Amino acid sequence: MIGIEHYLVVSSILFVIGVLGIFLNRKNIIIILMAIELILLSVNLNLVAFSAYLNDLTGQVFAMFVLTVAAAEAAIGLAILVTYFRNRGTIAVDDVNRMKG
Amino acid sequence: MDYSQSLALVLPEIILSISGLILLLLAAWGGDKGARVISIASAVALGGAFALVAVAVCSGAAGPDTIAFGGQFRADAFAGLAKLMIFAASGAALVVAPRYFERAGDMRAEFPVLVLFAALGMSIMVSAADLMTLYIGLELNSLSAYVLASILRDDERSAEAGLKYFVLGGLASGILLFGMSLTYGFAGTTNFSGIAVAVSDGLSTGQLFGLTFVMAGLAFKISAAPFHMWTPDVYEGAPTPVTMFFASAPKVAAVALLARVSLEAFGTQADAWRQIVIFAALLSIVIGALGAIGQQNVKRLLAYSSINNVGFILIGLAAGTLAGASAMMVYLAIYVVMTIGSFVAVLLMRDANGNQVENISDLAGLSTTRPALAWCLLALMFSLAGIPPLFGFWGKFVVFQAVVEADLLAIAAIGIAASVIGAFYYIKIVKVMFFDEAVDTIKGESDTPHWALLIICAVLISPLGYLLIGPLGNLADRAAASLAVAF
Repeated sequence: MIGIEHYLVVSSILFVIGVLGIFLNRKNIIIILMAIELILLSVNLNLVAFSAYLNDLTGQVFAMFVLTVAAAEAAIGLAILVTYFRNRGTIAVDDVNRMKG
Repeated sequence: MDYSQSLALVLPEIILSISGLILLLLAAWGGDKGARVISIASAVALGGAFALVAVAVCSGAAGPDTIAFGGQFRADAFAGLAKLMIFAASGAALVVAPRYFERAGDMRAEFPVLVLFAALGMSIMVSAADLMTLYIGLELNSLSAYVLASILRDDERSAEAGLKYFVLGGLASGILLFGMSLTYGFAGTTNFSGIAVAVSDGLSTGQLFGLTFVMAGLAFKISAAPFHMWTPDVYEGAPTPVTMFFASAPKVAAVALLARVSLEAFGTQADAWRQIVIFAALLSIVIGALGAIGQQNVKRLLAYSSINNVGFILIGLAAGTLAGASAMMVYLAIYVVMTIGSFVAVLLMRDANGNQVENISDLAGLSTTRPALAWCLLALMFSLAGIPPLFGFWGKFVVFQAVVEADLLAIAAIGIAASVIGAFYYIKIVKVMFFDEAVDTIKGESDTPHWALLIICAVLISPLGYLLIGPLGNLADRAAASLAVAF
């Protein structure tokens, strides 16, 4: 029988992979965008699992909101990435260093 | 409560959202030629919302009559006071922006609309009484802010600031959301009053994890240490009017939100969150003071100064009492005025060709070449450092008073000691302006709106500001009293 703990473990693993994806990745900013999506999806998994467990619809409504915002966030992230690429001609993480200190 | 009463409570937000949508269409059809008209229209919308909220704040709205949409939204005096500051700061950003962007040759009609939407998001944030409302407001504000940071599309630093803000802001939202999902799961509800009931007899491990993640996510948004690392880069890279906006309005919104979550939802478990808040507060004060010492760029320096100030604001929250919340609101109001004044002064730093200069060394000898600007900056810097008789001192005073009354003497002692370190770099700027050899770089012609705003801020933080202690204290006390605290 798959219980709530299993869902929590999977979503925690996804969350940690997402966070590590932001910090350990040295190559490409697109990967960071994917990592952010992964974090949001782990949250959705949590919300839906809790919603089923608690027999309460709020979690699913919340998950719909998160999905919608995640779509807007991805669109804005890609748009900013495009302007950045047009200025610098690269999207390598190590090159994002005009400002330091 | 029926639907029409709920709608009446959210009237300021409705005004902002409808005018934002209409102006967005006008911006799309009219192009950048109409930017100035759209700026003025946005300022009028903000003014209308400000007036509506001001009425509610003056009547001290509190209690069940302020709850709208079945407990999703609270239009009480606490939210009202925060909204007044938010709308005023957004209006200030709209006033200074057109001159700056026209000089950069890139005044976009979307700018005022984005400010309007960000203000709407913030006003939803401070009124949130449910994790869902909180999230929607926060994201509406953040998504507008990412675009605002990178609005100078042809400027490398602006694009980089937007990118960094987006990535770290996205991470912060993720952490916050994860915490909210855990809180929902282990408390069984997303409503603040429901959470307060669920945690009233001790936190379970899951709830504690949720609380910690929520606190971490919100600390990111107010740029409290140890989650402050994006602040200097974003503040330096973003266009100066946008930086001014970031340093004022969203700080108010996120701090008010943090206060509401900790006092309303987790008010009975103050011991659990107090240690997090104290840790973040003291670390912010120290990092804000030490990080600023080596900086050459004024905007970076002001970024560290804002980290430092957030530490003092959090000390007010750490007291965990209504007096602490009231002190926090007083400090926020004074902080907003000081920040706006400092960034307007930065906007006035232009060389003979009208280009912005941002280095501290360019300020050398300003007291002989531009005495008025130098004296205003002197007042602002001393006020930020909290030196009496300027008004910045009063903010620090009430905050420390609240902490001492809550028997947290050690924190007050460490905070006061660290504020002395912070005074070093504010005084360094004054030394550069008044005692160094004049370099005479700053000679750009003056703009009336900028000067008007700078003088208003300078008068408010001057000793004349002490005349406001009574009304401001009253408003803040009434705001704190309207919080539905659980303890």
